[in-house]
Amino acid sequence: MALKIVKGSIDRMFDKNLQDLVRGIRNHKEDEAKYISTCIDEIKQELKQDNIAVKANAVCKLTYLQMLGYDISWAAFNIVEVMSSSKFTYKRIGYLAASQCFHEGTDVIMLTTNQIRKDLSSPNQYDTGVALTGLSCFVTPDLARDLANDIMTLMSHTKPYIRKKAVLIMYKVFLKYPESLRPAFPRLKEKLEDPDPGVQSAAVNVICELARRNPKNYLSLAPLFFKLMTSSTNNWVLIKIIKLFGALTPLEPRLGKKLIEPLTNLIHSRLVITLHRASVEKNVCLIGLVLPIVCVCVCVSNAVLISLSSGMPNHSASIQLCVQKLRILIEDSDQNLKYLGLLAMSKILKTHPKSVQSHKDLILQCLDDKDESIRLRALDLLYGMVSKKNLMEIVKKLMLHVDKAEGTTYRDELLTKIIDICSQSNYQYITNFEWYISILVELTRLEGTRHGHLIASQMLDVAIRVKAIRGFAVAQMAMLLDSGHLLTGNMQRNGICEVLYAAAWICGEFSEHLDDPMQTLEAMLRPKVASLPGHIQAVYVQNAAKLFATVLQKHEGATDSQAAQDTSQLLIERLPLFVQSANLEVQERASCILQLVKYIQKLQQKDVEVAEEVSALFAGELNPVAPKAQKKVPVPEGLDLDAWINEPPSESESEDEKPKAVFAKEEPKQSRARHIEVDEKELARRREARKQEQANNPFYIKSSPSSQKVYQDAPGVEHIPVVQIDLSVPLKVPGMPMSEQYLKLEEERRQKERADKKKKDKKKKKREKRGKGKRDDSGPESEEDITPAHQVDIVTEEMPENALPSDDDDKDPNDPHKALDIDLDKYVPSAENTLHKVTVCMLHAEKQGDLSITRHFLV
Amino acid sequence: MRFMLLFSRQGKLRLQKWYVPLSDPQKKKISREVIQMVLARKPKMCSFLEWRDLKIVYKRYASLYFCCAVEDQENELITLEIIHRYVELLDKYFGSVCELDIIFNFEKAYYILDEFILGGEAQETSKKIVLKAIEQADMLQEVGPIYFMKAFSARWAI
Repeated sequence: MALKIVKGSIDRMFDKNLQDLVRGIRNHKEDEAKYISTCIDEIKQELKQDNIAVKANAVCKLTYLQMLGYDISWAAFNIVEVMSSSKFTYKRIGYLAASQCFHEGTDVIMLTTNQIRKDLSSPNQYDTGVALTGLSCFVTPDLARDLANDIMTLMSHTKPYIRKKAVLIMYKVFLKYPESLRPAFPRLKEKLEDPDPGVQSAAVNVICELARRNPKNYLSLAPLFFKLMTSSTNNWVLIKIIKLFGALTPLEPRLGKKLIEPLTNLIHSRLVITLHRASVEKNVCLIGLVLPIVCVCVCVSNAVLISLSSGMPNHSASIQLCVQKLRILIEDSDQNLKYLGLLAMSKILKTHPKSVQSHKDLILQCLDDKDESIRLRALDLLYGMVSKKNLMEIVKKLMLHVDKAEGTTYRDELLTKIIDICSQSNYQYITNFEWYISILVELTRLEGTRHGHLIASQMLDVAIRVKAIRGFAVAQMAMLLDSGHLLTGNMQRNGICEVLYAAAWICGEFSEHLDDPMQTLEAMLRPKVASLPGHIQAVYVQNAAKLFATVLQKHEGATDSQAAQDTSQLLIERLPLFVQSANLEVQERASCILQLVKYIQKLQQKDVEVAEEVSALFAGELNPVAPKAQKKVPVPEGLDLDAWINEPPSESESEDEKPKAVFAKEEPKQSRARHIEVDEKELARRREARKQEQANNPFYIKSSPSSQKVYQDAPGVEHIPVVQIDLSVPLKVPGMPMSEQYLKLEEERRQKERADKKKKDKKKKKREKRGKGKRDDSGPESEEDITPAHQVDIVTEEMPENALPSDDDDKDPNDPHKALDIDLDKYVPSAENTLHKVTVCMLHAEKQGDLSITRHFLV
Repeated sequence: MRFMLLFSRQGKLRLQKWYVPLSDPQKKKISREVIQMVLARKPKMCSFLEWRDLKIVYKRYASLYFCCAVEDQENELITLEIIHRYVELLDKYFGSVCELDIIFNFEKAYYILDEFILGGEAQETSKKIVLKAIEQADMLQEVGPIYFMKAFSARWAI
């Protein structure tokens, strides 16, 4: 026996330990994989030994290999063995390996439950500590359920070291096993007043995290936290508490008012000290700095918001203070500070756009920064800072950036942002849609972008919904179709050739505005078109048919019946190319239309008037449909979705039988309803509903009655006023930057308006001179006074009747924090209650048949 | 905090700590992406990145990049401070720590991290207490073998 041991230990002397392994790997840089696979074989041998020390060594090496990227899940059982060793060293190694590689799918986790429980009740605090640390990484719902009570008792352990860890791990346990929150909460609350600062901050941490997600349950703790905030000097804790208040203030208005004082003090005191420190020690971590700025700004802005809505006026001073300090941050040369300043500004922007707008110059400067993150933040800010006045200017600057942007990702980002900025809130800020279309066309000149579809969808959107602009849009699109460069551009999906999709569709749908439909038709059917992606070709073919209808209408009836026949001939010549296309959709459409045209040609040869019938093919307006419309379709009465349609299938029947589609009969009715044009009454009703909503919304910036009237009374295309601008803007010269012209036009138009207004005001003042003593300053031109260049009738999206646009359906049903949303006020922390809760838990567990917990309690 | 990664300038992972349970291939994919992104940053750029729905906070110390991924709501400067605190702890423990120390004693680096951060939150903000806990645990490890020797010698009457 002794000989065996000696022999064994000699063998073991040649085992590699961790250091050897690492050194070995470093020395074998060329054939690393081979070396490692030999090592793994050796490790497998070692794991078969009985000696726990050897196993632990092997597991340690495995952990290292796991870090390098090798899978060690096959050794899970051995890891559990090592975890169960009584020696601290090995136990530690075991838990480390477990925390690195165990996850919910690991089968052997259930074997660890009892082991962990033993360790949790071990007299050695480091054993417990190691178990808690390891557990936090791989806790599963089962483990959480089984061990929740043990951990709860540990929260009242004598050693603060253990208490701290137990408190922190409870958060993870709550996430996995929400039912443990109720019994644990009173104890957690006690820990907030624990004498040991470590435990206290741990408790603050946990409650802050919980409260962030479900703030209303933790409102009752607000006074306690307030006390902590004013008395604590630990920066970390303070930051957490302030963040917590940020989440609570929206729910409790009085809290906001109370907080203003201490928070402003904090800003004043901390910022001065730490800015000085930052300038002195370059590398210092600016923790004291962050304390007021990022969190507080949000908090204060929340608070001010609440107090504003409840009628207290004087807190704009605190917002001004915040914005000032943020400006200092942004102007600092340290990139991190800049970034944070911009971040905080964008948060304030949401609630107080006016105070931020005065810093527009600084933000635009940040756009020039070399650091991409800062540029992106500045872009985000701009998004919130646009107004009708400065939209054109800002977009002009952004276009300059697009031109000189280096990489395509940044350029793409810019493009997305430009479009986002312009299209926000239903194009609220665009006063001149012609300008917007010209911007979109300029954007198509970008090469190598991946957002072609975005531009395309914008063009479509604008053309459909802004009736007044269709003429201009169609002209531009015809130009695009003609231009060769888009066809030779890259053909990948979402490339810039997507724009042709939009162009073709717009030309086809609104072909009545085209000057020369023949020309466009010809351009659509060029052979080069066959090299475009399939979906674009399909659109081309379909719209060629629509154009054909328009051409027929134009030429028939006129003396020029030959032109009509020529068109048919053209189509018959060119379409066969598409019929042979590899794409099914293109093939189908092309062959349908080809047949149709052949038939029409026959009729034409007999001199029959076909134009009317052909245009009837494409009659009816297609209106935009709201995105949630499908969900809001009401279930028709008398329809029970849960009732069986057929007899329930017996076991022997095949599973391929599909039940009869419930909506098969209903669908045609619904789709037809959607195509009927929205009539006046419906529009008026919807407008009323919208106005109501806006009136009730305190944050909606109301426009003045004059511009609102403009939107309402414009019944459509017939009432477009003559635009009084005499400049001859050459619209058909490709390659010329047209958007500049619009900027100048806009400026002149506004100046004219201002001059007119002043004349009117002066007349008014002469009349009222006797009444008023003071001279009424016309003041800065407010946003609402700018009337748009064209009267715009934006078609609203369609929804099924009586449906309201709402956002309820977006929440994630699997969110663990939803399960933690329980009312905790009922649980008053008193000793009897705690005991009562624990017994209740035990009885509950017993009912569920969970014997392990009850056994623990009976011990 | 969701995870913390330490990697060298060549992209070699020196330490990875995950505070959310994920499967191995997912972890690998995420590490690769994050490492690529951070290595592509130039020196003067700010330490914060946005990636998917998380924020990446990183800092470079000598040849090692320390990188943490935190949730959107989390405070970035606190995370920087956590990274700095961790580096200070390593420094105190190893005495002028360098990358080799972390390579050869990676399990000690993990132990130190575990004493400082638990479940993604900072456990203990006082450096002294963390270091003391680690020292005591170390002593416990050393005491073990001595006991074993004593027991062994007692048995064989050496």
